Amino acid sequence: MTARFIYMSSNPVLTFTPEGIYCPAGDFYIDPWRRVDRAMITHGHSDHARWGMGRYLATHEALPVMRHRLGDIEAEGIAYGERRVIGGAIVSFHPAGHVPGSAQIRVEVGGEVWVASGDYKIIDDGLSTPFEPVRCHHFITESTFGLPVFHWEPQQTVAAYLNDWWRGCADAGKTAMLGAYSLGKAQRLISMLDPEIGPVLCHAAVENTNAVMRAQGITLPETILANKDVTAKTHPRAMVIAPPSALGSAWSKRFGPLESGFASGWMAMRGVRRRRAGDRGFIISDHADWDGLLWAIKQTEAENIYVTHGYTDIFTRYLNEQGWNAQVVPTQFEGESLDASDDSGEAA
Amino acid sequence: MKAFAALFTAIDQSTKTTIKVNALAEYFKAADDIDKLWTIALFSGRRPKRAVTTTRLREWGAEVAGIPLWLFEDCYPIVGDLAETIALVLPPNQTTDNRPLSQWINDLRAVYKADETAKKVFVLDAWARLGGTERFIFNKLITGGMRVGVSQKLMTRALARATDRDEAELAHRLMGNWHPDDTTWHALIEAQDASADASRPYPFYLAYALEGGPEALEVPADWRAEWKWDGIRGQLILRGGEYFVWSRGEELMTDRFPELARAVDYLPDGTVLDGELLVWHPGTAHPASFNTLQPRIGRKTVPKKLLKEAPVVLHAYDLLEWQGEDVRHLPFRERRAQLETACAAMPEEAPVKLSPQLKFSTPADLHAYRDGARDAQAEGLMLKRADSPYLAGRKKGDWWKWKLAPLTIDAVMIYAQSGSGRRANLFTDFTFAVRDGEALVPFTKAYSGLTDKEFREITAWVRKNTLQRFGPVRQVTPHHVFEIAFEGIQASPRHKSGVALRFPRMLRWRQDKPLAEANTLDDLNEMLRLYG
Repeated sequence: MTARFIYMSSNPVLTFTPEGIYCPAGDFYIDPWRRVDRAMITHGHSDHARWGMGRYLATHEALPVMRHRLGDIEAEGIAYGERRVIGGAIVSFHPAGHVPGSAQIRVEVGGEVWVASGDYKIIDDGLSTPFEPVRCHHFITESTFGLPVFHWEPQQTVAAYLNDWWRGCADAGKTAMLGAYSLGKAQRLISMLDPEIGPVLCHAAVENTNAVMRAQGITLPETILANKDVTAKTHPRAMVIAPPSALGSAWSKRFGPLESGFASGWMAMRGVRRRRAGDRGFIISDHADWDGLLWAIKQTEAENIYVTHGYTDIFTRYLNEQGWNAQVVPTQFEGESLDASDDSGEAA
Repeated sequence: MKAFAALFTAIDQSTKTTIKVNALAEYFKAADDIDKLWTIALFSGRRPKRAVTTTRLREWGAEVAGIPLWLFEDCYPIVGDLAETIALVLPPNQTTDNRPLSQWINDLRAVYKADETAKKVFVLDAWARLGGTERFIFNKLITGGMRVGVSQKLMTRALARATDRDEAELAHRLMGNWHPDDTTWHALIEAQDASADASRPYPFYLAYALEGGPEALEVPADWRAEWKWDGIRGQLILRGGEYFVWSRGEELMTDRFPELARAVDYLPDGTVLDGELLVWHPGTAHPASFNTLQPRIGRKTVPKKLLKEAPVVLHAYDLLEWQGEDVRHLPFRERRAQLETACAAMPEEAPVKLSPQLKFSTPADLHAYRDGARDAQAEGLMLKRADSPYLAGRKKGDWWKWKLAPLTIDAVMIYAQSGSGRRANLFTDFTFAVRDGEALVPFTKAYSGLTDKEFREITAWVRKNTLQRFGPVRQVTPHHVFEIAFEGIQASPRHKSGVALRFPRMLRWRQDKPLAEANTLDDLNEMLRLYG
């Protein structure tokens, strides 16, 4: 059997169905959005880990948050790199660097290898197991920031912007408040803050996730639950981390005069920054930037690329021009944008 | 450039007026005169002569970024700004540079006449030296349009604070035809004002919309009423034997309205009028619709045929300068009386006419006028306090506009396209259709009127309900009904539906209305018959 025959196989290892990405050989779905019996989950964000599946399989590191969010589910853990035979498929999970516990899912059937990467980033954020490229024939990639206008600066550089802003607020007698999704982005921001400046206060949604992560052995700097007794008076010079929806709400009033900021890859665009940032926008994303996407794709050595989420048409055209065999995954697979994701927990 | 970039950033990232004014005032206190002069110029839309074409900028930007040109061109509409797109795609700067803003502008002007190779060397060198905001500003110096959240009013206030000068006087000094190339900070801001340019206009006084009815204005005798014309606001200046016409957007439109040249035959030198430019055919009772004026705005010079088809007259409603004296401080009734005297002897063929005042004694009279406004080709009423001075900018209290309620129609959304700039990741540009039996006939586009929250909601819906893609345009399932408001309707052979709307926008998202209750092509044609 020639390699060529394998790649052109008429029974693909993974297919795109209305329920989600499906593996016929193993009879399971990856990040399905309709109720199915067997689901492999790349990570705990609510647009990937949905409620109502018969059985879940995710990394040991992703499970605690999934249980916290989805309640009583029938779920099993798997270690990064561990190989499992499911029906006619060999399945393994590999670090995606997106949030703690996030994984790319490798599926091998009869020597043909597919990788569904979920969401991923290349930068080591210090909390998530760093991204590891996985060699494959077919690679499913997101393209949330798949335009050459997105270039992330190193984490230390952005951390300095963040701390300079916080220090400025504190010195001016104001509370700094950062809007961030409670899973992943919030903890990453907390770990970037300089505790010398002042106390770090967390909205209950964030603090609950912090507690789940601490319980599974992830080290986070000290944070304080911002319950109703915590105010600007009791905790001057504070940084408050809260879900974006809490910014400007009645809840935020107790922190006195404040400046608000928002951390997202979208903040790279001045227009979006002006519309969404409040007082300050910080370009911090848990997705890969342009160079990150291209690097990751190259590392897989895959020839066939399936593009989901984001600027799929443009990114696919570029990949094809560069010699890949790329295609856009049909529209119902399109992921969330900054705006559509406000209530869903997706961390752009 | 660093000081200017810091100022730009401070203004750009804040929505608070006080923070912006403070940042500007501090900058105006510290910067060199020439940098201050350029800062005012840039923020008021003036810019150095374009030294490099945007075509070259795009090509060089893509080349340095190592991306194909088509990819650059695809990014541009998403980012929404050429200067920003280039700044974002380029690799990080290699070094830094301490040249101040004015020096960069001088260096840019120095390559104006250079050959393309020299220009390219200069631009690429600048890109390698400038990062982030500085690079964006450099690009803006070439492309123009340095729009930040700085209104003329805000800048004037900051200048007043930094220089201890009167705000209204500064506002007047900043008007009109000046450019940093032929003035100085001293001449523009500080000098005793004798040598002012003859064309310099006064700042326009702008009205607020009247909420509710005229009942709120209490003593009717204190007020004057006029038609609110549906034309272009214009200021006609007669000085030194010449005439100048300015738009409200501070654009000099003199060449577009040659018929106003004859005004010098009927009015004395040293006269400045505020009024409405309207197409008005001799011998007719009402002005022609705004549509007939449109071709006159679009072109810099006017062919004879168009002059005949669409003759423009200034309908004057205020007098700002008389016999060379600024009379804006006088009460409106006195300015008006003088205006009436000046226009009294005006013959029929003069290009200036007195805009009439509408006699009334009760709010009910005003309601009656407003109800007849559409027949008079007006878009409502203006109500002005009789003892008010002519102020600068939008001020509450003395002038009110009381517009007609817009026309509305319920239409179905059939296409969606994402916005750019501020709305880069939202679907905001929609095409709407009316029903025609089983078919849907597109008749207008609309971009504004929804809240950010509604745009987010409809964006999520569009993503899930796309039927077909045509490049950036998506055909969506016909489902959502929107109430479209507009100011006027005209027959138009260029549109499939046969009509063109004026100022269409989304008034309401009618989530309560099913598709079957959207209006029909017959309804639209009936509106055309009534209001077209």
